[in-house]
Amino acid sequence: MKEKKLTKGKVRSIIANLVVVEADGPVSQNEICYVDKDGVKLMAEVIKVNGTQAFIQVFESTRGIRIGSDVEFTGSMLEVTLGPGVLSKNYDGLQHDLNKMEGVFLKSGDYTEPLDLEKEWEFEPVAKKGDTVVAGDWLGQVEENTMPHRIMVPFKFKGTYKVKSVVKKGTYKAKDTIAVLLDDKDKEVPVTMVQKWPVKIAITSFKNKPRPFKLMETGIRTIDTLNPIVEGGTGFIPGPFGSGKTVLQHAISKEAEADIVVIAACGERANEVVEIFTEFPELEDPRTGRKLMERTTIIANTSNMPVAAREASVYTAMTIAEYYRAMGLKILLLADSTSRWAQALREMSNRMEELPGPDAFPMDLPAIISNFYSRAGFVYLNNGKTGSITFIGTVSPAGGNLKEPVTESTKKAARCFYALSQNRADSKRYPAIDPIDSYSKYIEYPELQDYLKKHISEDWVEKVMEIKNHLIKGKEAYEQINILGDDGVPIDYHITFWKGEVIDFVILQQDAFDEVDRSSPIKRQKYMLDKVLEVYHTEFSFDSFEDVNPYFKKVINEFKQMNFSDFESDNFKKHEKELKKIIKERKVKEEEVAEQEESN
Amino acid sequence: METKAFQKIYTKITQITKATCSLNAEGVGYEELASVNGRLAQVVKIQGENVTLQVFGGTEDIPTNAEVVFFGRPPTIKVGEDLAGRFFNAFGEPIDGGPEVEGEEREIGGPSVNPVRRMQPSELIATGIAGIDLNNTLVSGQKIPFFADPDQPYNQVMAMVALRAKADKIILGGMGLTNDDYLYYKNVFDNAGALDRIVSFVNTTEDPPVERLLVPDMALTAAEYFAVDKNESVLVLLTDMTLFADALSIVSNRMDQIPSKDSMPGSLYSDLAKIYEKAVQFPEGGSITIVAVTTLSGGDITHAIPDNTGYITEGQLFLRRDTDIGKVIVDPFRSLSRLKQLVIGKKTREDHPQVMNAAVRLNADAVNARTKLENGFDLTDYDERTLGFAKEYSRELLAIDVNIDVDAMLDTGWKLFGKYFEKAEVGIKEDMTKKYWPGKDD
Ligand SMILES: Nc1ncnc2c1ncn2[C@@H]1O[C@H](COP(=O)(O)OP(=O)(O)O)[C@@H](O)[C@H]1O
Ligand SMILES: [Mg+2]
Repeated sequence: MKEKKLTKGKVRSIIANLVVVEADGPVSQNEICYVDKDGVKLMAEVIKVNGTQAFIQVFESTRGIRIGSDVEFTGSMLEVTLGPGVLSKNYDGLQHDLNKMEGVFLKSGDYTEPLDLEKEWEFEPVAKKGDTVVAGDWLGQVEENTMPHRIMVPFKFKGTYKVKSVVKKGTYKAKDTIAVLLDDKDKEVPVTMVQKWPVKIAITSFKNKPRPFKLMETGIRTIDTLNPIVEGGTGFIPGPFGSGKTVLQHAISKEAEADIVVIAACGERANEVVEIFTEFPELEDPRTGRKLMERTTIIANTSNMPVAAREASVYTAMTIAEYYRAMGLKILLLADSTSRWAQALREMSNRMEELPGPDAFPMDLPAIISNFYSRAGFVYLNNGKTGSITFIGTVSPAGGNLKEPVTESTKKAARCFYALSQNRADSKRYPAIDPIDSYSKYIEYPELQDYLKKHISEDWVEKVMEIKNHLIKGKEAYEQINILGDDGVPIDYHITFWKGEVIDFVILQQDAFDEVDRSSPIKRQKYMLDKVLEVYHTEFSFDSFEDVNPYFKKVINEFKQMNFSDFESDNFKKHEKELKKIIKERKVKEEEVAEQEESN
Repeated sequence: METKAFQKIYTKITQITKATCSLNAEGVGYEELASVNGRLAQVVKIQGENVTLQVFGGTEDIPTNAEVVFFGRPPTIKVGEDLAGRFFNAFGEPIDGGPEVEGEEREIGGPSVNPVRRMQPSELIATGIAGIDLNNTLVSGQKIPFFADPDQPYNQVMAMVALRAKADKIILGGMGLTNDDYLYYKNVFDNAGALDRIVSFVNTTEDPPVERLLVPDMALTAAEYFAVDKNESVLVLLTDMTLFADALSIVSNRMDQIPSKDSMPGSLYSDLAKIYEKAVQFPEGGSITIVAVTTLSGGDITHAIPDNTGYITEGQLFLRRDTDIGKVIVDPFRSLSRLKQLVIGKKTREDHPQVMNAAVRLNADAVNARTKLENGFDLTDYDERTLGFAKEYSRELLAIDVNIDVDAMLDTGWKLFGKYFEKAEVGIKEDMTKKYWPGKDD
């Protein structure tokens, strides 16, 4: 490649972090440039070009920048560096390694290397001399936190290549050449373990992307049982502040059945990231027994970090997820909160005096959101292996009102909707996912239904539908009781309401902070659902509605004690027995049921 | 504020609005300070030669030939031990008749703490108020506002919390404080013999509103000095952040920005977050805790100011008058401390989380019972009991005049459970009820 002369420019105007630059050569949209502030180079991105004027958003505070300050363009877009060692890292939104920065406070222009280039890796070749390869094909692998990390043909390579040579098994540094490929003109192209990719562009080096069909276990009953998400699926969690979005996402990140978890802390509280930094190196992955941090990468762009980098942070996280997906892994990608990213877009759009859309958000917000969600998915790689990115984002609607642009746009893009309700949160019914408003589109997929039938039970889907129905009935009974009064309705209404409460307390509610209850494997979920349905199908007799409430409280209490005990432990069985006894107390005997039916 | 001899003086203002003025000038840095006929101003926009200044004191009386001098630096404050016991205005100038503070000059609104250098907060702050300590426990390094209507006694409660919090330094950032409230704070701190560990930055209702914009950054830069340089635990009180946000909207509207919800600037979330996120636990032991006040209008927390605040802070303490007992309480439903789980049951007795949750749940049942009553329905025996419970719970635990330690709060909780309910109705883990359920039954 010929050395290109890079464009330079001078600052012409400054409004907050929007800076206009007079450029002396070609500039492309989304190109990265650096603004010189008294010798410190501040990173920025071109977001609009008008003639020779480039509008750039600076990823730092612009305090102290002057008219006439020098700007250097780089000729490339915002890129992430991909290679072994990305796992367990704590990055800022632009993939600078936070742990490598010195001092307690962040300094503008302190840009650190994302990878540990001096580290040595045990490389093992996979491809052989003479193999024909394309972008994304595996050339070899190293071990990263005991997981195989595939070294691939860089995603930027177009067309097919022939492997000329791959180095022997041995220790190498990330930037050592590990293979030489020949392009279609027989030109040699060296490949290292490190490659770069522009974050705004999806990595598509896979064969195809079918509809997802495999259940992704999260350990959270109200999700897995009622509104399941799938490997490669998308979901979002809208809810007013304090309704439990972050706690729910953290719970999912700890318990979900994923190989790798990428967390984008986007414009939210720093202490919430600190919680992950503190806990994840200690907590164990319930499935592998290894420390959670070993399978996690964090992109932290908290609310006090540069606003313009918020948007970048979610793309950085997505690109890292795509990189690992191409290795045939199951990735869980979480972003908290996508509303902050949308707000960052709004701040910028307002400063550029663009025509505003609803609530002053940019007009193309729905397109931006759906484009992002579409990068998730389950894929078949060229070698027949599978990989997936399951993406769950939170949304923070202004005033808790779901009729706002970010929620509405996301609803069109994501397939699972986990609406958190203020009422449930207020009465501490956690997780506060509204069981009636929320949905999973996947449960309608025949592919998933087949999977559930095969892996859980033949009648699972029917049972789930039944439970949902009972919840609605319980709610209706509650409304009737409220309108007509306790004694203005038949006792049956009270029973129906309380049976709904049993489902709520036993299946829906789950204590994220309890050692045992925090995670419930699907086997246990099935057991409890069957138990609850058993109660639901039992006919009880009461003389007065006043007896209904205390009775079901006792039922719920035993169930809860079961939830707090290790599955099938002695304690669990003790309470199960106790529950049986309580049920017997009021159960209508078979003969009585028959008699009743006759007399009707 | 001193100017330097070689500084160029501009005398040609081209545009004046209520809060800003513009002129042509060269070599100006973004966010640099300036003075306009002696009034302090800050650069908020530069377009080529044209520089827009936000004039903190307002632009009344400013003529087009006013003298404008640029300082070549953003706003600063001099920090040192001498800050303790002093009262300053929004610019950091003494208003107590004392001398200028000697010390190192630091830019206000400085950089953020690297998140990987933060420590997880873990020190409980005891206030004696059960509505706080029991249900919404505070932790040092936390940021939390009182949400209260203007007629609630939030300044009194905040002063009480501050004095009981055992902080090394208390920094008061007053924005739009009435002179009476300012004197109230001064008196309370004085009477408690605490003046020597208090630093105040005060903008009263008599001062121009735009000046308020400097108060939080002044207070927090001083706080960072004590927390970082001296490893002290610092409590920052910010009252009233609603008036701060109002000042933000004045400036942004003058700059023709498209307002978003409730005429607030689209950047409100980021602007508030930059302030609140200064709350931190440092690894060397120092900490900054922020307790703020966000006044509501008619209890509406969906307004953009409390709404954005709630999304930023680590909970909120909602003050409300309980007409049943005729006292102000910390509302158990709308209040929240997001950091409480870091200390409850760990730094406090093991039964704390369960007692807290059970009591709130039973209180929710009482709310339902009350609705029934209001709709003219008969109450069940259980309803009656929840109402009885709720009233005592309110009086003995939620009222802001309660002052007991956490164990006593928990004991009170169990006493009320035992008085009104069966174990199964309370739904607490068995090993806890075995240990703490009052009376002799099994
Ligand atoms: N599943 C849960 N179990 C127990 N408490 C919860 C749960 N979810 C949320 N909470 C409580 O609610 C608080 C706020 O939750 P959080 O997830 O931070 O809300 P959001 O992100 O929606 O603002 C938490 O600090 C915790 O006290
Ligand atoms: Mg959150």
